[in-house]
Amino acid sequence: MASVFFFYFAAIIVATSILVVAVRNPIYSALSLLIMFFHVAGLYVTLHAEFLAAVQIIVYAGAILVLYLFVVMLLNIRREDRYHAQLPVAILLGVMLLTELVLLALQRGWTLGTEAGEGGAAVADLGNTQMIGEVLYSTYLFPFEVASLILLVAMIGAIILAKRDILPGN
Amino acid sequence: MTVPLSYYVVLSAVVFLTGVVGVLIRRNIIIILLSVELMLNATNINFVAFSQYYQNVAGQVFVFFALTVAAAEVAVGLAIIIALYRVKSTINVDEFQLLKW
Repeated sequence: MASVFFFYFAAIIVATSILVVAVRNPIYSALSLLIMFFHVAGLYVTLHAEFLAAVQIIVYAGAILVLYLFVVMLLNIRREDRYHAQLPVAILLGVMLLTELVLLALQRGWTLGTEAGEGGAAVADLGNTQMIGEVLYSTYLFPFEVASLILLVAMIGAIILAKRDILPGN
Repeated sequence: MTVPLSYYVVLSAVVFLTGVVGVLIRRNIIIILLSVELMLNATNINFVAFSQYYQNVAGQVFVFFALTVAAAEVAVGLAIIIALYRVKSTINVDEFQLLKW
């Protein structure tokens, strides 16, 4: 049963991610990325990461995608040629990475095992959100604060970059 | 988890590869940023799958940080796109050659 869900989510994720790259219109591209985000959230639920599934939908689908759509519609881009001159190099690199992937998968055997379960924080007893919160506010407290600083810097940077005459003397 | 870990690794590799190809072949700078999002999501799938495999919650915390950085990257990247569009009135990456030698 779990593998049915996995293959459904995986198929939709791969199909929509190829659509993101292949579709000509940027709005369709962003919308297929939205479908991909929802299915990645579903995959997180099957992996018992419910908190991350919720955050994925709220932050990615709710905030980031809306920002993309906003900019696409703001700039009002007409359709233009899709691919540029380095297409042969890109195809070469893509084929190389793909053969590498296939070779590695064949070399190591197709199954890495279904479960390990040694060490680490106990997962089953507490809820997923509570567990992440406890680890985040104890072990990863300093990176958490740094993340808030990154967000502040990004906010100020975005305002300064996008606003027209914010600096005196322009 | 009845699905083997290697399936998740292969899925994430395929999505990452799609993102790399998208960054390399597309001209539209917005699609290039969307492809970067694809790559970030591929690494996130890997993190969560390994977090489940090792029964260790640290992987999910790292996904949380990756999400923060992705949000910051999108805000700054879209602001740069708007600033570029104001100067050149195009978002075709072939037109931006200022830093090319």
